[in-house]
Amino acid sequence: MINPLLIELALQFLMLSLLSIGGANAIIPEMHLRAVDIEHWMTDADFSQLFALSQAAPGPNVLIVSLIGWKVAGVAGAVVSMLAMCAPSSVLTYQIARAWDRFRDAPLRIAIERGLAPVTVGLILSSGYVLTRTTDHSWPAYALTGVTLVLALTTRLHPLWILTAAAGLGALGLI
Amino acid sequence: MSDGPPAAPRVATGTLFWGFLKIGLSGVGGVMPFAHRMLVEQQRWMTEREFTEALSLSQFLPGPNIVNLSILVGRRFQGPIGAAVATLGLMLMPLFIVLILATLFTEFAHIEAVRGACAGVSAAASGLILSVAFKMGRSLRRLPVHVAIAASTFVAIALLRMPLLWTLAVMAPLSIGMAWRRRS
Repeated sequence: MINPLLIELALQFLMLSLLSIGGANAIIPEMHLRAVDIEHWMTDADFSQLFALSQAAPGPNVLIVSLIGWKVAGVAGAVVSMLAMCAPSSVLTYQIARAWDRFRDAPLRIAIERGLAPVTVGLILSSGYVLTRTTDHSWPAYALTGVTLVLALTTRLHPLWILTAAAGLGALGLI
Repeated sequence: MSDGPPAAPRVATGTLFWGFLKIGLSGVGGVMPFAHRMLVEQQRWMTEREFTEALSLSQFLPGPNIVNLSILVGRRFQGPIGAAVATLGLMLMPLFIVLILATLFTEFAHIEAVRGACAGVSAAASGLILSVAFKMGRSLRRLPVHVAIAASTFVAIALLRMPLLWTLAVMAPLSIGMAWRRRS
């Protein structure tokens, strides 16, 4: 008997895979909406902790998907969610790659890319907004988000140093 | 534009696996810069131009960008098997590590400093994601229509909490249609 939660996770991420224009960062609001508000799989605090863990681990930012699966259905949930998130888009990428040389300069292809760019900006901005609302519950936390934003925009400081400093400040109870 | 030395003609399946395993383990807060360094500068599996080309296709299509890139690179050298092996190499260790980290976190979540560190990381990482949006926004041409599309998407997703499917079903064709009409 397959755990119905695994089927649920698979179906959700199979669809999100094809909707994730702009990559994993673009679907954070949708994952939050489903996991917290609709399915009640976790609280805001859980979601924000999973997000932090996914950022602290080495590897691509799509790891948040595996952690949502893990929270819902353990290790099997993590594997199923990650496979579902990667499979449809990977098959699409593989197929498109064959025809890419022919379509690269096609006017429709260029219109799609130009048209999707501002949508992607809106999606990722939404991710930042939803994460900030979910995560930050104190003035020091908002300030840390703001300082990180400014540092990332104005310096070439590696994100790892910012995250390490932020973990240190948090561990000292300052956030 | 100089294209550097010619790319390696052939990369074995095992080499692909280990190469992407290293890429997967490399970055905290984004692996793409490391993927570039390793694929173009160290291993010389692709030229600068080929990498840029593959990257733009990876970003154009849905799905995690680095996973798409591993599919393209794996496919180029070893077909479907190569694509699967490169992606497996990329995801295997990060998945393993993040699950260990999550298990340890659950074990030690009662310690206040651990929860505090987590809150610090998520506050800073939220700022990093905001910075990605601002950087992408800066690189767009400043047309009023771009601002309007990005702002409407933000209102629908972030403020009204509309489902992604419906938002995209409206915004994507609208925005692509307008880009099509602007083409010159």
